[in-house]
Amino acid sequence: MKTWNKIKSWPLFLPVVALILVMAVNIIYDAATGSNPFSFFMISLRNTTTSGTILYGRIIDIINRGSEVAILAIGMTLVVSASAGTDISVGSVMSLCASFMCMMLAGYGVSSTTTLAVPLIIGLLCAVVMGLVCGAFNGTLVAHLSIQPMVATLILYSAARAIGLLLCNDLIVYVRNPSFAFIGAFAGPIPTPIIITAICIIVVSLVLKKTALGMYIQSVGINAKASRIAGLNSKLLIFLAYMLCGLFAAIAGIVASSRITSADSNNIGLYLEMDAILSVALGGNSLGGGKFNLAGSIIGAYTIQAITTTLYALGVSSIQAPVFKAVIVILIVVIEAPPFKAFLRRQSAARAAAKGVRA
Amino acid sequence: MEENVVLTARGISMTFPGVKALDNVDLTLRKGEIHALMGENGAGKSTLIKCLTGINDFEAGEIRIDGIEGPVKNHSTRDAQNVGISTVYQEVNLCPNLSVAENLFIGREPLTKLRTIDRKSYNKRSQKIMDELGIAVDVTQNLENYSLAIQQMVAIARAVDMDCKVLILDEPTSSLDDEEVEKLFVLMRDLREKGVSILFVTHFLEQVYAVCDRITVLRNGTFVGEYPIADLPRVKLVAAMMGKDLDDLAEIKKEQKDFSKEPMEISAKGLSHAGTVKPFDLDIHKGEVVGIGGLLGSGRSELARCIYGADKAQTGTLSVNGEQVKINQPIDAMNKGMGMLPDDRKAEGIIADLSVRENIILALQAKRGMFKQLSRAQQEEIADRYIELVQIKTASKETLIKQLSGGNQQKVILARWLATDPDFLILDEPTRGIDIGTKSEIQKLIVKLAGEGKSVLFISSEIEEMLRTCNRMVIMRDGQKVGELDHELSQESVMKAIAGGES
Repeated sequence: MKTWNKIKSWPLFLPVVALILVMAVNIIYDAATGSNPFSFFMISLRNTTTSGTILYGRIIDIINRGSEVAILAIGMTLVVSASAGTDISVGSVMSLCASFMCMMLAGYGVSSTTTLAVPLIIGLLCAVVMGLVCGAFNGTLVAHLSIQPMVATLILYSAARAIGLLLCNDLIVYVRNPSFAFIGAFAGPIPTPIIITAICIIVVSLVLKKTALGMYIQSVGINAKASRIAGLNSKLLIFLAYMLCGLFAAIAGIVASSRITSADSNNIGLYLEMDAILSVALGGNSLGGGKFNLAGSIIGAYTIQAITTTLYALGVSSIQAPVFKAVIVILIVVIEAPPFKAFLRRQSAARAAAKGVRA
Repeated sequence: MEENVVLTARGISMTFPGVKALDNVDLTLRKGEIHALMGENGAGKSTLIKCLTGINDFEAGEIRIDGIEGPVKNHSTRDAQNVGISTVYQEVNLCPNLSVAENLFIGREPLTKLRTIDRKSYNKRSQKIMDELGIAVDVTQNLENYSLAIQQMVAIARAVDMDCKVLILDEPTSSLDDEEVEKLFVLMRDLREKGVSILFVTHFLEQVYAVCDRITVLRNGTFVGEYPIADLPRVKLVAAMMGKDLDDLAEIKKEQKDFSKEPMEISAKGLSHAGTVKPFDLDIHKGEVVGIGGLLGSGRSELARCIYGADKAQTGTLSVNGEQVKINQPIDAMNKGMGMLPDDRKAEGIIADLSVRENIILALQAKRGMFKQLSRAQQEEIADRYIELVQIKTASKETLIKQLSGGNQQKVILARWLATDPDFLILDEPTRGIDIGTKSEIQKLIVKLAGEGKSVLFISSEIEEMLRTCNRMVIMRDGQKVGELDHELSQESVMKAIAGGES
C-alpha cells in the first residue's frame, strides 16, 4: 500500500498511465482481431530500396512521427512555466523557418531544385536565426511590453505563414537534395528525426540539471515580482523562454520540411501549436505557469502521436480521427483534473473509514 | 444551545500533510461580544477560521450556529456568508483591478428592473458606506490605486455591509496605522452594540485589551482555554500562548556608541522616485541600525525601495562603501552587498509553489548567476543551517512554503537574505503579523547583525520596536525626509517628529 501511494504521488504517474492506456487499446485490438497481441511493440529490420536496412514497427513510427510535437513541447513547456501563457505561433513559425530555409537552399524564385544554391549548413542556420528572431519578437511583446502571451503570439500565428509565402514567391519550393532529405529520413537504420529529438531533449535536460535555469524560470512563473526582488531578471527570463521556444520551432520546422523535401507554407506545422500545448497539459503541467516537468510534456507529446497512430491502425479515417482523439483527450484531462483527484481521495477516505468502523 | 450563544465549534480537528494543524479545538461565540483568538504563529488560528468559513474541510468535530438545526458544515465562503459568517483576512483578498464599489458589491450587485447591474445606485450606496466609516476614497477608482490600509478597510466595509451575525477579522490591523486602528475599533464597538459577534485575531496585545471581552487561546493546534478578559492579564496571556514565561524583551540591548566615526556603508545624495519619494540624503555607517519612522504611506517603504533599486531612483547618486554605484534593478544592489525583505510578503516575498529549501537559496543562487548552480548537497546544507538558525517550523525542507504559517514564511524570507551574507539589510515590516516570541527573536537578530558590523535599515509601524533596536531614526512625512533623530530617542520625541514637530 505504501509503495503504491509512493507511485501515485510520482509527478509522472498520470502521464505514464495515459500512455499505457493507449498502448493497452492497441494490445486488446490486436488480440481481438487475432493477430499477435504484441505486434504494437514489435520492431523489425526491413530492407527498402530507398533507404537500405531500416527499423520498422508501430512504436518506431510513433516516436518518429511524434518528433516535431516533442521538440515543440520542450519550448512550450518553458514558455508556459515562465509566462503563464502559451505561444500559439509555433506552428506558423515552423512553416516560416522552413520556407526561409528552402528559399535560401533553392535560391529566390526557384520552385524546384536538386542542387543547393548555398551550403546546407547556411540554410539550416537561416532557419534557426529566423526562429530566434520570431522568438525574440514574441518575447519582447510579452516580457517588455506586458502584452498577454496569446495576443502577442497571435500576430505571428497569422502573419508568419504569409511571410513565408512571400519569401517563396507564392510557390511550394522543392529541395530534392539527398543531403537535405537526410534530416527527415534515416541515419543508418534509425530515423534521423528521432536522433535530433533525442539530442534536443538531452541538451535541454542537461542545461536544466547543470544550471539554475529551471529554478529561475519556475520562480519567475510563480511570482515575477518576488523573483525580481530576490535578484532575478524576470523580464529577461521570460524573453529567454520565448527565444528558446522560437529556436525549437525552427528545429521542428527543419525536420518537417526535410520529411517532404519542400517548403509547403500552408501545411507545415498546421495545428501543431495546439498539439504542443496539449502535450504540456497532458504532461501534468499547469497552464497557469510555475512548476513544470519536462519529462511529462515529452511523454504527453508521444501520447498524442500514439493516439493518432492507434486510430489509423484501428481503421478510423483521417477525417474522423479528430473526433476520437477529442474523446480520449477529454478522458485524460478529466483524470488529471484536481477536483477529480480530490473526488477519488474522498472516496478512498470514505472506504478506509468504513473499514475502520467494521474493524 | 446555551442562552446568547451564536456559534459553537466543538472538537475540531484537521490535518495537513505531515502536520496536525488542529487537535480537538473548541470555540464559543456569544451574541454581541468581541472575542480574541490568540496564539503564536502556527498555533492554528488561521486554520480554525478557515474551518469556520468553509475553506478548510475539517475532519472531526462539529459547528453549530444559533437558529440552524443540526451541525453546520460550510463548503465555501458563500455557504459561510449564507449562515451569517463574514471574514476579512490578514492578506487582502479583493480584486485590485475592480473599482472600490465593485469590490464592495461583487457577487451581490444591486439590479435594475431589467436585471442589469444598477451602477448608479451601487456607486451611491458604496460612497455612503465608505463615508459612514470615515474612509476617504473615490469608490469609482480601482482598488489597486489605494494603499494596503485602505484596501483592508474596504474589505472590512464589505464584510460589515453583508449583515453578518459573526464577523471574523484575521489580523485586520497589521497594516493600519494608529489612527486607522482607532477608527476600526470605533466601528467594532458599534457593531458589538448592534449584536454582532466579532472574532478578532491579532498579534497586538494592547489591541486585545483595548476592545475585547473574552479570549480563546490556542497553542500548537490545541485548545488552551477560554477566559474573560479580566481574568487574564497580559503576562498570563503571553505565558498561555507560549507555554512558558515571557522571554524578556528587556534583554535586547543595542550598542550605544557614536557611529559618525565608523566607515560609511551607504551614502545617498538626492535620490528620488517620481510620485513616491522626494529627493533625500541618507548616510548609514557600518554596524548601525537606522529606523524609518512615519505614518503609513509617508514614503517609508518607498525610500528603502529606491536605495535597493526595487523602484529605480530617477535622480541623485548612491555610494556603497565610498564607491559610487549605479543601481538599475535589485540584482545590482545585491551585488553590492544589499538585501531587502519587502513589506508585502505574499506579493513580493514568497515564491508560493517552491519548497522551503528553494525559497531559502533563491537569492544566493541569483547572486551566483545561472551557470554556477549550487549542488543539491550544498542547497540542503544551507537550508538545514538556516531552518535551525532562525527556527523555522516546517515539516521538512521540501515542504512548499505556502503551507507554512505567515510568521514562518517570513522567517524563510529572512533566511533567504541571511544566506547571501549581506553587508546592508533592509527590513520592511519584518514583524508584521508575527507573534510576540518571533518578534523578539527578529529584534535580537537585528541587534546581533549590527554587532557583526552589518548595517540595517529597519522599517516598522511599531515605534517601540524601533526604539529598542535603532541607533538613529529617519522621519518621513508625505514622501519627504523631514528629519533625523539620533539622541534622546523616545516614544514622545519620535511621535512629535512624525506628527510635525512643535509647530
